[in-house]
Amino acid sequence: MSAVSAVLARDLRLARRAGAGASLGLMFFLVLIAIVPFAIGADQKLISRLAPALLWIAALLATLLGLDRLFQADEEDGALDQFLLSGGSLTLLVLAKALAHWLVTGLPLSLAAPVLGLMLAIEPQAMLPLALSLLVGTPALTLIGLVGAALTVSLNRGGLLLSLLVVPTAIPTLIFGVAVAKAAAEGRDFAMPLTVLCGTTLFALAISPLAAALALRQARG
Amino acid sequence: MTAFPSLRLVASGLAVRRGPRFLFRGLDVTLAPGQVMQLTGPNGSGKSTLLRLLAGFSPPDAGMVKLEGAGEEATGSFLHYFGHREGLRPALTARENLAFLAGLLGGDEARIPEALGKLGVARLIDLPVRVLSEGQRRRVALARLLVIDRPVWLLDEPLASLDVEAVATVSALVGEHAGAGGSALVATHQPLAATNATLDLAGRREAAA
Amino acid sequence: MTDQTSGSLLRLANPAVFNRLADRLIGPCAVLTTLLFIWGLYGAFFVAPPDYQQGETIRIMFIHVPSAWMAMFVYAGMSLSALGTLIWRHPMADVALKCAAPLGAGFTLLCLVTGSLWGKPMWGTWWEWDARMTSVLVMFLIYIGVIALQQAIEEPNRAARAVAILTLVGAVNLPIIKFSVDWWSTLHQPASVFRLDGPTIHGSMLGPLFIMGIAFLLLYITLLMLFMRAEVMNRRAERLELLAAEAD
Repeated sequence: MSAVSAVLARDLRLARRAGAGASLGLMFFLVLIAIVPFAIGADQKLISRLAPALLWIAALLATLLGLDRLFQADEEDGALDQFLLSGGSLTLLVLAKALAHWLVTGLPLSLAAPVLGLMLAIEPQAMLPLALSLLVGTPALTLIGLVGAALTVSLNRGGLLLSLLVVPTAIPTLIFGVAVAKAAAEGRDFAMPLTVLCGTTLFALAISPLAAALALRQARG
Repeated sequence: MTAFPSLRLVASGLAVRRGPRFLFRGLDVTLAPGQVMQLTGPNGSGKSTLLRLLAGFSPPDAGMVKLEGAGEEATGSFLHYFGHREGLRPALTARENLAFLAGLLGGDEARIPEALGKLGVARLIDLPVRVLSEGQRRRVALARLLVIDRPVWLLDEPLASLDVEAVATVSALVGEHAGAGGSALVATHQPLAATNATLDLAGRREAAA
Repeated sequence: MTDQTSGSLLRLANPAVFNRLADRLIGPCAVLTTLLFIWGLYGAFFVAPPDYQQGETIRIMFIHVPSAWMAMFVYAGMSLSALGTLIWRHPMADVALKCAAPLGAGFTLLCLVTGSLWGKPMWGTWWEWDARMTSVLVMFLIYIGVIALQQAIEEPNRAARAVAILTLVGAVNLPIIKFSVDWWSTLHQPASVFRLDGPTIHGSMLGPLFIMGIAFLLLYITLLMLFMRAEVMNRRAERLELLAAEAD
């Protein structure tokens, strides 16, 4: 267990040390939201209707940002070799990295979403469900991205490829995440999509760390 | 340094194929407690490959590796692997890097200052690794051998970029380690004082059928 | 930790055996494929009656539906190959996976294009976000991902294993994606849209459709053998080049 907490603590420290670590993803999120009116016009009603979708797509992109370096940096400096010598499970170490990544991207995004929701004139009653959907759903995005990051670990410019691999798999999360916020905005019951959203996250939690660990091991053949 | 459990690293019938040829085939290696084995061979003869394979990072194309006396525990938790890539993050200080490795590999954080002292880089402890010179970085990285007790050391060119004084220090450390019942397989071209066995990979290449 | 002597023997032997077999089978398969296509297309265009609602456009179905079948069939085969690569490290499994992916992507694209051609007269637009078409589109993206990863990783063994893992991750996720897209579609779409599979398939259409299905399958098998034979020879040539370079 101490190996897991060591990885978690180091990644969080690195994020802090890189200065912008956590806030950079947030700024990216903000910039994406800020360009929306320029792209679709300052039509308050339209923006309000699109808001849940926009916030979710922005969250997906912000999560993908930087994922390509998640394992690459460890591979380049040899830390990944040391991971394999910890004597513990690589899957758990990979999970610790995912947790660190989510704590500095997904979590701040979810917390900031209501504020950005205000700018997008989202229905007040949808504000909390939207934040909740992001809180529950962004871990799935990170976990799905984890597999892509592991598969592209040896590639220098893996970022675009990673997005290509990850985005189709993230479709269910996107569908049910947006559905929660939409249902809430229209005053409907959102228990069903929220439950399924939790399901996709749990499924990703069960599968992704295993697949990512396998991919990392195989990448060193 | 504490006494180690008696562990023998035994590899038999190892073969590694690279495209049309075998780097080596039918290679047997036994590393017993107290042994410091120097691994030599020309560039491309598979020294690094052999070390990584013994560390369990990649499977051989044939043959097997086992650690006798390790019991049920994962082989990896008895090994140190020290390669070209040192496992240090430029943004973290020497202390933070070693503390991370100690947490990861099950070492004692409290030994960091002493370990750095032995390698002659005690005063660099709170500097980010990014500002260190190549040789200083290698010394900081080598300190993990002292911070984390592991019986079997697999060292790939540990003396690269080190000055004469540091080379002597590392030789002495390897000797001490062997004296305490540990063992080491060291790929290097420089003479290593503690050496008491050799393994030469030269001329082992052969074309695959 | 691992003993793979027997594995490496298999590794040497099999590609040669495969190529000898392929040499013998490709010709007859190609002939059979052509005959079946002639038979199937004749049935589709001259025997099957026009649909009472869709008229002559229904004939697109004879291309569209078999390519949809193949899109799924090829992916299933790729998933098996992926298991072969990861579990048994069988070299031909990797060759099969690598060669099947572009073919599968081709069938999927054909399915999308014919669907779009069919949709134009039916829906009045080239693209409708209908659940089936959307699922096929996502499947196409997954195929593209597999091919892109294959091409991006230069070291063949690494590429093989990474692609195998990606293929399996895709296989596990496809049912979930299908379920979510279906659910999403009920949420967004009015129910009155023409479904591409059509509510009824006239009995006289089934015969030609079945023959077209077999023809597509044989076409796939023929092309796969052709591609795999070329890939095996390619790899052998690369090995020989390396050996020659060393001898110099």
